[in-house]
Amino acid sequence: MFIKLFQLIFLLVCFQQNAFAVLKINTWETKEGAKVFFVENHDLPILDLNVNFFAGSAQDPVGKEGLANLTHHLMNLGAGGINEEKLANQFSDIGAAIGGDVDLDRAYFKLRTLSSASQKDKALTLFKYVIHAPDFPAPVIDREKDRIIASIKQSLTQPETIANKAFMKSIYGDHPYGHDEAGNIDTVQKLNQADLKQFYKNYYLSSESSIVIVGDVSMDEAKKISESISQGLPQGNTKHNIASVTDSNYAGVKKIEHPAKQAHILMGMPALRRGEKDYFPLYVGNYILGGGGFVSRLTEEVREKKGLVYSVYSYFMPLYVEGPLEIGLQTKKEQTEEALSIVNSTIKKFIDEGPNEKELMAAKQNLVGGFPLRLDSNAKIVDYLSMIAFYKLPISYIDNYISEINKVTVDQIKVAFKNKIDPNKLTTIIVGAE
Amino acid sequence: MLKNILLFLLLFPSLLLAQTSEFKLSNGLKIFVREDHRSPVVVSQVWYRAGSLDEVNGKTGVAHVLEHMMFKGTKKIKAGEFSRLIAKAGGKENAFTGADYTCYFQQLEKSNLELSFKLEADRMENLNLSKEEFDKEIKVVMEERRWRTEDKPTSQVKEQFLSTVFKSHPYSRPVVGWMNDLENMTVEDAREWYKNWYAPNNATLVIVGDIYAKDVLNLAKKYFEKIPARKIPERKPQVEPKQNGERRSYIKAPSELSYLLMGYPVPTLNDRNGNDNNAWEPYALEVLSNILAGNSSSRLNQNIVRNQHLAVNVSAGYDSTARGRISIFELEGTPNDFKKITDLENALLQEIEKIKKDGVTQEELDRVKATVIASDVYQKDSMFGMAMEIGQLETMDYSFHLSDGYIERINSVTSEQIKNVATKYLTRDNLSVVILDPQPMTQNSSPKGRPHVH
Repeated sequence: MFIKLFQLIFLLVCFQQNAFAVLKINTWETKEGAKVFFVENHDLPILDLNVNFFAGSAQDPVGKEGLANLTHHLMNLGAGGINEEKLANQFSDIGAAIGGDVDLDRAYFKLRTLSSASQKDKALTLFKYVIHAPDFPAPVIDREKDRIIASIKQSLTQPETIANKAFMKSIYGDHPYGHDEAGNIDTVQKLNQADLKQFYKNYYLSSESSIVIVGDVSMDEAKKISESISQGLPQGNTKHNIASVTDSNYAGVKKIEHPAKQAHILMGMPALRRGEKDYFPLYVGNYILGGGGFVSRLTEEVREKKGLVYSVYSYFMPLYVEGPLEIGLQTKKEQTEEALSIVNSTIKKFIDEGPNEKELMAAKQNLVGGFPLRLDSNAKIVDYLSMIAFYKLPISYIDNYISEINKVTVDQIKVAFKNKIDPNKLTTIIVGAE
Repeated sequence: MLKNILLFLLLFPSLLLAQTSEFKLSNGLKIFVREDHRSPVVVSQVWYRAGSLDEVNGKTGVAHVLEHMMFKGTKKIKAGEFSRLIAKAGGKENAFTGADYTCYFQQLEKSNLELSFKLEADRMENLNLSKEEFDKEIKVVMEERRWRTEDKPTSQVKEQFLSTVFKSHPYSRPVVGWMNDLENMTVEDAREWYKNWYAPNNATLVIVGDIYAKDVLNLAKKYFEKIPARKIPERKPQVEPKQNGERRSYIKAPSELSYLLMGYPVPTLNDRNGNDNNAWEPYALEVLSNILAGNSSSRLNQNIVRNQHLAVNVSAGYDSTARGRISIFELEGTPNDFKKITDLENALLQEIEKIKKDGVTQEELDRVKATVIASDVYQKDSMFGMAMEIGQLETMDYSFHLSDGYIERINSVTSEQIKNVATKYLTRDNLSVVILDPQPMTQNSSPKGRPHVH
């Protein structure tokens, strides 16, 4: 299938900052300190469950980059004494699906199962083996290390992934956000079973976890589920953290040779934390600059007027500490200079002058009017609440979303962008430079 | 156990009572409405029975180019205005082109459905195809082709694979079009395409959401019924000749890892309602592809990645429906070392031979059935997914009711039937193989995998 504009899924993930006033969310904390969000909904015979941990790749010890990812990856490959083959088959036998992911800040597991008693109970039992009693079998670790190393090697030959790695390394340097989840060939090579067990014990803490339950269960049952999940996790009072990004590394323009037909260009700098007060002006402002798909200024100038790209975008990725502003595009090599100069002047003009009232109005209409679409399925509700819970955003934040968007002014956008973004300090990576 | 799940599902009125209503306007526009009142939103999709399947040599990619041009204005609406109006209404919108269809969609708060109809009806009839806009947009499409295919080694393999499996069938051609054809395409080609295929009697409207069927019908009549039906060009039968012998080819591209894609031409469901005599064959092939690659412990991954350590990834795939009424049973894999490419190919073929000889186990059959029943329920969580299913089936010239009988059909597949389809279709003489031969990054390159940084 060929989609007119390639949709930035992560963009939605990054900005799922609103919710339904009508969504009844119950929250509590388990005895062991896990935060729980529960939405009861009996429309469909489905139970969705997410458990989030402060165990992303930013927690990788120096020299062990890739540990968070490998630990998470192995948890599902043998647990509670059930080997990987049987584990996957037992989930399938009841039609249940287990998934999850690791990013810079967070590691999570999710479960989707039919809510009929026998399916649900079996699925929860298996799911709890995975998060409570991962076996980390040594031969599986070795095999998976080889697979991960192969994929790292592959990523070092493809322009998109070369650009991503170079971008994060350039703007974050030695900060934990400077390396990606997979880690490096030499550091992954050295990881062993003891490392994984230790990481699990240190970071999959009940006290730092958040549990989101959505669907066809009662309040009583949700309470029981959350307690049983929380009780079986490693216990401890350690409060983990991620160092602030104190100095933003400006690396100028970095050109990397590649035989590809297009140049892959990324620009940006560290910019925004989750829950910061500038969030809404930056979010609304970015919609106008490069977040609003077909109607953004970048798309208008570079694609619609000139036909230079298929995709050009900008987004803020708010993280636990300063996440990046990223601007990206791909264009035929010979057009690199032309495209880049239009992108640069568009950004500079936006930061100097801000948006106009008409643009601001259109942005608000989209963000406010599109509010119900953010939460029109159980799957979306689970993802959204997981973000709220993981980043400890206040629950009032959900009800205030629309009014926060509506309050944003042209001046606030100008001030927020000027505060955060110096257009002369945007590191630029060009993979496939002429 | 399966019976218990099915009984349990009967307790949910949202599953039982959810009905899809079907209408047809006097100009031939088909309309399907599925009410889903869980959330105050609506999905609106317009499907045209026009895709790369209907293209001719020298003009490949025109279906997709026209899709881009549909956002470039009408007699009443300026270029780009469509997107701005939908955005202001809080909507999300896009479009996609496949071999079998072109689809345009909006997702909106429910009170804005009328806007969607007004705009879609307008561009069904009044598209303004100007040379100026075309000349810019064709460059965008060429950038899309570079990004999607030319700079992605596995995409190049997939493109070559289709033209290896199919020699006369139009599925041999890339949906995005060959670069040469894009370079030589003119606004006249786009106009011709629009005139040929964009008519209400070649379109299907699918609405899912917090709306009522009779209201949707009234709204659709208001905006779409005045568009006159047109004569649609005759579609000639396109039947791929029988393959008589293995086919093999290579792609060289900058890459660390190799990639292997192989497959056999196989049938799809043929009859509109799935009532052909051989209808069990596509279902058996579907169950087989699940048994080979349905989860991480399925045969291919368990045996080839986990036990034999020959590959980083392996998979299998098959679609039982297609408007072109032919499909491919695919096997693919990424060897962990290019030197093992032949071992990987042999290991994949070995798995097929085992099926032909021994069939599959009851446990494997039950697992696929359990997964299918659950997936069917999970799909009901996504309004977009439900609309996609109806639109695809109807545009591929099947009845959307085909999905009603799906679970039952899958449930009735036996090991013997799977052996039969494997023996009949997955033969050496029917095989096509395309291999990525990985190349270093540049001719005089610095060490592989370590880009040279200035």
